[in-house]
Amino acid sequence: MSLPANKPDLVTVNIDGKEIAVPKGTNVIEAARLVGVDVPHYCYHPKLSVVGNCRMCLVEMGLPAVDPATKQPIVDPATGKQKINWMPRPQIGCGTNAIPGLHIRTTTPQIKDCREGVMEFLLINHPLDCPICDQAGECKLQEQATGYGRGYSRFIEQKNVKPKRTQLGPRVTLDDERCVLCSRCIRFSKEVAKDDVLGFIDRGSYSTLTCYPGKQLENNYSLNTVDICPVGALTSTDFRFKMRVWFLKQTISIDTESSVGANTVVWSREGQIYRITPRRNDEVNDTWMPDSGRVLFKQVRDDSRLTAIQVNGQPANLDAAVSTATELLKTGNVAIVGSGRSSVEEQFLTKKIAGALKAPAYLVARVGEGDKLLVSADRNPNTRGALVTGLIAKLPSTQLTELAAAIDAGNVKTVLAINEDLAAAGLSAEQLAKVKIIYVGTHGNATTEAAQVILPTHTVFEKNGTFINQQFRLQKFSAAVPSVAGTTNDLVVLTKLLAAVGGNALSSDIVSLWTTIAAEVKLLAGLSFATLPETGVVLNSTDFANLPFSEGETLHYKPASKS
Amino acid sequence: MSAPEQRRLIFKHIDEPGYTNDLACYVRNGGYEVLKKSVARKPEEIVDEVKKSGLRGRGGAGFPCGVKWSLLDRKSGKPIYLVVNADESEPGTFKDRYIIHQDPHQLLEGIMITCFANNVKQAYIYIRGEFPHGARILEKAIAEARAANFVGPNVLGTTYSCEILVHRGAGAYICGEETGLIESLEGKRPYPRIKPPYFPAVLGLYQCPTIVNNVETLCHVKHIADFGSEAYSKIGTPNNTGTRILCVSGHVQRPGYYEYEVGKITLGQLLNDVCGGPLPGRTFKGVIPGGSSAKILRFGETFTLKNKDGSSRTLTVEDIPMDFDTLAACGTMGGSGGVIVMDDSVNMVDALANLNAFYAHESCGQCTPCREGSLWMKKITARMVHGDARSEDGTLLKSVADQIAGRTICAMGEACAWPTQSFVQKFGDEFKAYPETKNAPKPAGALELV
Repeated sequence: MSLPANKPDLVTVNIDGKEIAVPKGTNVIEAARLVGVDVPHYCYHPKLSVVGNCRMCLVEMGLPAVDPATKQPIVDPATGKQKINWMPRPQIGCGTNAIPGLHIRTTTPQIKDCREGVMEFLLINHPLDCPICDQAGECKLQEQATGYGRGYSRFIEQKNVKPKRTQLGPRVTLDDERCVLCSRCIRFSKEVAKDDVLGFIDRGSYSTLTCYPGKQLENNYSLNTVDICPVGALTSTDFRFKMRVWFLKQTISIDTESSVGANTVVWSREGQIYRITPRRNDEVNDTWMPDSGRVLFKQVRDDSRLTAIQVNGQPANLDAAVSTATELLKTGNVAIVGSGRSSVEEQFLTKKIAGALKAPAYLVARVGEGDKLLVSADRNPNTRGALVTGLIAKLPSTQLTELAAAIDAGNVKTVLAINEDLAAAGLSAEQLAKVKIIYVGTHGNATTEAAQVILPTHTVFEKNGTFINQQFRLQKFSAAVPSVAGTTNDLVVLTKLLAAVGGNALSSDIVSLWTTIAAEVKLLAGLSFATLPETGVVLNSTDFANLPFSEGETLHYKPASKS
Repeated sequence: MSAPEQRRLIFKHIDEPGYTNDLACYVRNGGYEVLKKSVARKPEEIVDEVKKSGLRGRGGAGFPCGVKWSLLDRKSGKPIYLVVNADESEPGTFKDRYIIHQDPHQLLEGIMITCFANNVKQAYIYIRGEFPHGARILEKAIAEARAANFVGPNVLGTTYSCEILVHRGAGAYICGEETGLIESLEGKRPYPRIKPPYFPAVLGLYQCPTIVNNVETLCHVKHIADFGSEAYSKIGTPNNTGTRILCVSGHVQRPGYYEYEVGKITLGQLLNDVCGGPLPGRTFKGVIPGGSSAKILRFGETFTLKNKDGSSRTLTVEDIPMDFDTLAACGTMGGSGGVIVMDDSVNMVDALANLNAFYAHESCGQCTPCREGSLWMKKITARMVHGDARSEDGTLLKSVADQIAGRTICAMGEACAWPTQSFVQKFGDEFKAYPETKNAPKPAGALELV
């Protein structure tokens, strides 16, 4: 390791004989991770305060010996190097921070004994009900018992008995017997969710996790406690007993409920999604996500899902529908309603279609209340994408008043609606009746009732794409499950429409399409879908600095101060 | 050699006929004169006196009091607090309660001198929940002292002001641990804090620099401020200065509290001469010299200790002087001064079962080894006593205790492990033989286990 140790904020530490320069104050668990040394732990979590209660991360700590009188280093004649004074007692890795010359040993007999001891203690009152436990397969207790435990039990006494199924709130079920009292959930509720409802009652080994009297764990972040629970104590009431985790395929995705764009993992098996959990991104969502974003996968198999291409209420095939749509679009007086929920690629194609038809393009804003954490006021995941691709030039409003006026004035005869319910955006039934509607989208609504052409497309869980979040961070998502029968990939539909209305013939393959996007969209130049990192890329947003975004603060986003 | 005379410094007036715990009586006996002297001095002088006096904490760890004070972060700009640890909860210890009950103003004077010396504007007396009467006495004493201007705004007409507040605990051993006590005082569960970073002298009560001192320690401060560090440090023995109160309980003729110069009396003198020796027909078997968490000494064992000149000396249990350093060198500790004596009527497994039940009940549950280990040890000894004892249980007990000591957030790890470690180490034969001996008839008059 030859890292620049002379930088003022870096200090060199030695872990199991490996030297590494780390920022001063980095704790031993994180520093050890950098040199490939695993320091097992339960209570420590990189995004929560350090409490040091599990005692699993005990390590031996030493510092270079200095003569107290002369302040000169004491050299060990045996090695010719500066002697290390090892502390007799083991220290917690989570609470030991890097200082110059810090030496750490994790492989000594003492540390082996410490870990075996803690593992044994944690297991004596543990029910060992792995065969019916949801955490099995992703359980720290299982992993570390295998890695650091003795492998047998010396405990012949009665185990403690605790409540097995406490409803802590609408979405979280607690099995107290499995709890190792690490307090991660308590700290999360207090420090991150700012909803201090959890605590321990009773003492010693009889300590029990519970909600404060009259309170419930019901905030919109409650399921993060399930994610960070190192054992099977806190379980998701929705996911509980549904599927063994080792059968599940993981696909990266993005939470679409607001412009925060929390990074997620979608867990699926045989075409069915079972759960969504957060994916760590220290610049966006840390390791958290809202509960509300975890149930969005249910839209895939929702009853209102559009699953048949229709022309004038009759089933049709894709080419027939596209050709009917093209006829309508070519009659002129077209308006296009794009979507802040469409991907960058879809918005790019929508913009191209609008250009080919010389039609105005609108977008519908969705505004809610921001929670200052991971749900922002802008409830579209990709408003910025519409700006970056040039689909829109100013911020959208929630109501399509301009379009409504144009329809009333007879200036718009055909509307191409991309996954937006025009009725919900303020168009009356009379106005919808006055125009021909081509609907490209996923779910039925008042607009699809009135539409002449319906082209069912994919949800975010069935396709690949990118969104640009409130930080102008381009982030990608991937198809987790095969699409529902009767639906067509959005890019296929849009490229066909584009070609049919006289635009360029573009590839519907996202990787090829990106060569065009990178060539045509200034801010996306040089980027490609295939090489986009999983944590995203922040775009230059100076072009949009003057737009009056009003989303308010979130976890890693501060609105530019308006002077 | 017969025992030396008691040196009653702190307990001067305890049990004195006619001595009452009101202010008038205290003032009649020269009370608050030292405070009057002290507020006219420079605060640093008093800190310096305490440092030079060599006073060591009387709560359990024996940490030098002056060093504790000098670690205070005085430059933080934050207020400095004094927290008086009156949570006397170590089994076998009953000294602070007599100070509180019979001579509360001595404590208040010590508190005020300490506060003045360290620029403390607010002191808290954290008194254990089981001392409701003591709390009432302290509150009355504070009100009297306040009315007489010894406490409160502009103490004795100076510009210095300081308030004292009594806070009652709710009955938990762990609140005697200084950072657990601070958490409790802040209104939280008394989970001891991790050190580093939460050293009370820097990040104590409300994250401000805080001194936590034991009741007896603060009374000593009054006497140091009175006679000066030089005269004080002549009491006792080098590095073990002053007097200390020894609370003797268990199987002796005259249990009780006795105050001696530190190190001037041996354990043998204390138990045989002062306390009248064992009960008729019995012999001493073991003694815990510093509160129930201290390691037990077995009568008959000897200790070979190094002298300063390199030679060595051999001590029997009876030879050990009751000071901090020699007891530590013999593998136990002076602790809180609670001397618990057990004679040959006691079965050591039964005795350990009792101690283990206490520590399992008092483990706060924060960190794994103490939480799970203390209950496991309790379950083992309870099974041995009430169910099936196995000859290998002693070895298992020791191994469990070894997995606790030195690996926990606070000293409760040692507190619960040391009894088991020492009982099994020193009376291992009894643990091995327990399956056969447990049902043997006990000597007449032996205590029945609950």
